Amino acid sequence: MNDPNAAHTEAEAIIAVANLVKQFGRFAALRGVSASFHASRMYGILGDNGAGKTTLLRILAGLVPPTRGEVTILGKNNPREVCREFGYMAHPSLLYDEMSGMENLRYFACLYGLEDARCADIIAAVGLDPGLQRPVGQYSQGMRQRMSLARALLNDPKILLLDEPFSNVDIRSAREMVKLLARMRNGGKTIFVVTHQASLLDGTADEFVWMDSGQIINRTPDLKFMETA
Amino acid sequence: MSAAPSGITLATLTKDVRLEWRSKDAINSMLFFALLVVVVFSFSFDPVAEESRQIAGGLVWVAFLFAAVVALNQTWARELRNQVLDAYRVSPAPANSLFLAKAMGNFLFVGVLEALMTPLFVVFYKLRVLGPAWQLLPVAILGTWAIVVNGTFFAAMSLRTRSREIMLPLLLFPITIPALLSMVEATTTILVGDPSTSAKFWIVLLATYDVVFTTGCLALFETVLHAE
Repeated sequence: MNDPNAAHTEAEAIIAVANLVKQFGRFAALRGVSASFHASRMYGILGDNGAGKTTLLRILAGLVPPTRGEVTILGKNNPREVCREFGYMAHPSLLYDEMSGMENLRYFACLYGLEDARCADIIAAVGLDPGLQRPVGQYSQGMRQRMSLARALLNDPKILLLDEPFSNVDIRSAREMVKLLARMRNGGKTIFVVTHQASLLDGTADEFVWMDSGQIINRTPDLKFMETA
Repeated sequence: MSAAPSGITLATLTKDVRLEWRSKDAINSMLFFALLVVVVFSFSFDPVAEESRQIAGGLVWVAFLFAAVVALNQTWARELRNQVLDAYRVSPAPANSLFLAKAMGNFLFVGVLEALMTPLFVVFYKLRVLGPAWQLLPVAILGTWAIVVNGTFFAAMSLRTRSREIMLPLLLFPITIPALLSMVEATTTILVGDPSTSAKFWIVLLATYDVVFTTGCLALFETVLHAE
């Protein structure tokens, strides 16, 4: 088994967490997670339901404060200070169902002080039609996931935190999304993908982070650990 | 490059008005509720004109307060669907821009309700203003703001509670009592037109209340927004 807290000592970590603990009442979602993650890499975060994957992602996004422990992102201890460098995609779409994709993106672009023109480019980049007038509530699940990814990419973030981006997406669309993520990783983005469909990332993710009961139990370059776990 | 807070406030307000225009969730529920109050009370009491002037202030504002709660619950409920609020929370946009946009949106929706319901109150209760009628305008503006600014804040506070529809009135009504008292007294004074009393005291009190609570809400909203 690899050292679960392995750090690439040759380069400074883009994200480091130390002894991260998160309690929800008496339930410990994270139990002393320590790890470091490096730039321009794609990490697949794997584990059973309740393993702490989403909680870890939400702490990194600054949505949930840890009960104990330290998070360092791009040299800052408060994720809010570097929120411009983040793209966050959650399991729900984080989009207004009553508005079209373009209307949604224009609103979120305004929150980042971005030009409207960028919205059409991003929508096209995820394989959707920027001219689509239908409200997001009438999109198929796959289209909604793509639009959700477009929202996460809007501010051209250095770090992408994606929670279940392939859920309810057909296999062809999911593979296209993986290709898109690989291109972005090659372009310098650091990408975290929480997923139950690990095989989609096989051969693409640089490292798989295995979680169980609120802890990182292993970090591997491939999925072989799945067979032994 | 970062957007000006006023630009974010305007964009959020526009977005909320667009969502309300398409869904009509808040306006329809508020109108229905206020209409019920007018009709039920008009059947329950049969006041003469003088009695109407004495009770109308209380009736009108209690009806608007209860109806406003419906809109106030809706305003954050649409942010919870698909967890859209998280998209705002991870953005660099200031919390107070969101708060102000929500409060202004609610002010607009409750204002529309008041504009539509006031003629009905006048007809059903045979109201005729004996005092300076123009003073009703500042009372309406300041009173509505008092309701929505606290309502928006407490609705946000009760967002993560299990029974938020019940929590909001429980938190809002006690804190609104000084404002409600001012609104009712000012309205009654204007309607009755008693030359020995003036509504100005109540209007100043209402304005002071608004300044204090708006400042307080703005100071605390970021904590509420990012609370777990």
